Amino acid sequence: MRIVIIDDSGLRATVLEEGLREAGYDDIHIVPPRGGFVARLERMAPDVVLMDLGSPSRDTLEEMLTVSRALARPIAMFVDQSDESMIGAAIDAGVSAYVVDGLRKERVKPVLELAVRRFNAFARLQSELDEARTALSDRKIIDRAKSILMSQRGLGEPEAYALLRSSAMNQGKRIVDVAQALITASDLLGGM
Amino acid sequence: MTTDLRIAFLPLTDAAVLAVAREKGFAEEEGLHLDLVRTTSWATLRDRLVFGQVQAAHMLAPLAVAVTLGLSQQAAPLSAPYKLNVNGNMLVMASEFAQALDPDVAARLDDPLGTAHDFAAAIGLWKRKPVIGVVHRYSSHSVMLRYWLASAGVDPDRDVLLRVLPPSLTVEALRAGEIDGFIAGEPWGSAAVDGGLAEAVAIGERIWRRGVEKVLAFRTPWLEENPDSVDRLLRALVRAAAWCDEPDHHEALAHLLSQPHYVDQPAELILRALSGGIVPRVDMAPLSMPDFMLFSREATPFPWRSQALWIYSQLVRWKMVDHSAENAAKAASVFRPDIFRRALADSDVAMPGASMKVEGAVASPLAVGSKRGELTLGPDSFFDGRVFDPERIEDFLASF
Repeated sequence: MRIVIIDDSGLRATVLEEGLREAGYDDIHIVPPRGGFVARLERMAPDVVLMDLGSPSRDTLEEMLTVSRALARPIAMFVDQSDESMIGAAIDAGVSAYVVDGLRKERVKPVLELAVRRFNAFARLQSELDEARTALSDRKIIDRAKSILMSQRGLGEPEAYALLRSSAMNQGKRIVDVAQALITASDLLGGM
Repeated sequence: MTTDLRIAFLPLTDAAVLAVAREKGFAEEEGLHLDLVRTTSWATLRDRLVFGQVQAAHMLAPLAVAVTLGLSQQAAPLSAPYKLNVNGNMLVMASEFAQALDPDVAARLDDPLGTAHDFAAAIGLWKRKPVIGVVHRYSSHSVMLRYWLASAGVDPDRDVLLRVLPPSLTVEALRAGEIDGFIAGEPWGSAAVDGGLAEAVAIGERIWRRGVEKVLAFRTPWLEENPDSVDRLLRALVRAAAWCDEPDHHEALAHLLSQPHYVDQPAELILRALSGGIVPRVDMAPLSMPDFMLFSREATPFPWRSQALWIYSQLVRWKMVDHSAENAAKAASVFRPDIFRRALADSDVAMPGASMKVEGAVASPLAVGSKRGELTLGPDSFFDGRVFDPERIEDFLASF
């Protein structure tokens, strides 16, 4: 079974490809949806095409599926309407799939399930990364506010932090917001 | 109690009525909370609607007909009780290509028939078979472009290459030379003009003066099961549409739509379609086109069944579907004037007495029979002077 993954984000496609290879599929190709990708795809004659539901190039791909004579008429994955939970899971995960007519759905289902799991895992990974990035920048802001307090008020580091923390609690704000306000005020007043 | 409704849309100026219904409190007044789901392709918008992830969608009218006829992936009966706008498209071609056309852009746009013939001649002079971007096989843009090209003897399936790409990728594809021009909803044509990449070659409103564009589509079973929510939504949209048509609101509307979660393009570009001040070539003064895009006046939202049938006639003409009485009936059933009437029965909205009309027969503003209030229909002629009698589809098809 030849599987083509159309994806712009190299990392996600790699995550998916890895999963498919581990599951024993070995005829896998990744095509970015740029320029003449449709012609490339046509030459590859895939059995299954996996694509990000959020990709703006889906309309271009579907047009090719409609007019191409080189491919057996492919159909959308979601043809098995009875399997509503599968459809819902695929859309939630952002997976769309096109399957060549005649391929049995028992053969395709594991591929789709794997794609859904990998897309979800990738999304989780990305949001964790974003959180980590935010946490990092939060810490930098708090550190800067602490050093302002330490130099202006002659406090030690633990005391500076405790002061930020108690102000935040009194004002019902996050520490990072109080720290940001302090930095802004300090900048406005010319570094005090 | 507030009802939540999820509605999918594409980032286009003609999603305005939905945005305004949400942001200006019209939905809230009807006890609705609208969750507008921004979507990047028509395929994904269709899937979200067909598989029930959203309750309604801002959809190309021909796509709603095509999905119902089973032409676009999973077949599903769709219903469109409300038209979100008429008109609003623009064909732009690379400046180099446009050199073969009338250099007087205003004259070029005013004479679509002459320009179609000039375009036909320009095809042979161009370095390759011209590649024209269209946003979807089943789009008003595609049927309008085909109609216009064919009037000059151009076979759109043989003499040019129609390439499907989503509106948001059109400008980049033009810059990269992958396409030689495109027809899309605003603000994308204006964005290409502004970038100095292309010039206006034809305006949707000059091809069919009241061309069907986006509809609000529902899955038919859901529409039947939720009459109360549907009616409340339609009432909110009618008021939002009237707000959108108000010239005093155009600037605020352009700013609203320019936000990243709506169209995410400069307000100045979006304003052009709203106010009908179209810049056809970079650095030129805008041309006044007051009918460039309509939301409310002349009963714009009313879904005339004859318009669904006109779309169907064009799908048959280009061999996208076989003509049969059954298919014609299915296509006509997509537009739901009955639901529109029910939802607005107690309002002061002017309501046409009929559900079908001969399309293209109104040459100048015409007062028509209306159940309530005064209703004047604007001119709806086709540039080639044809009329479409929905009772005589075969004759119409035979005339091409």
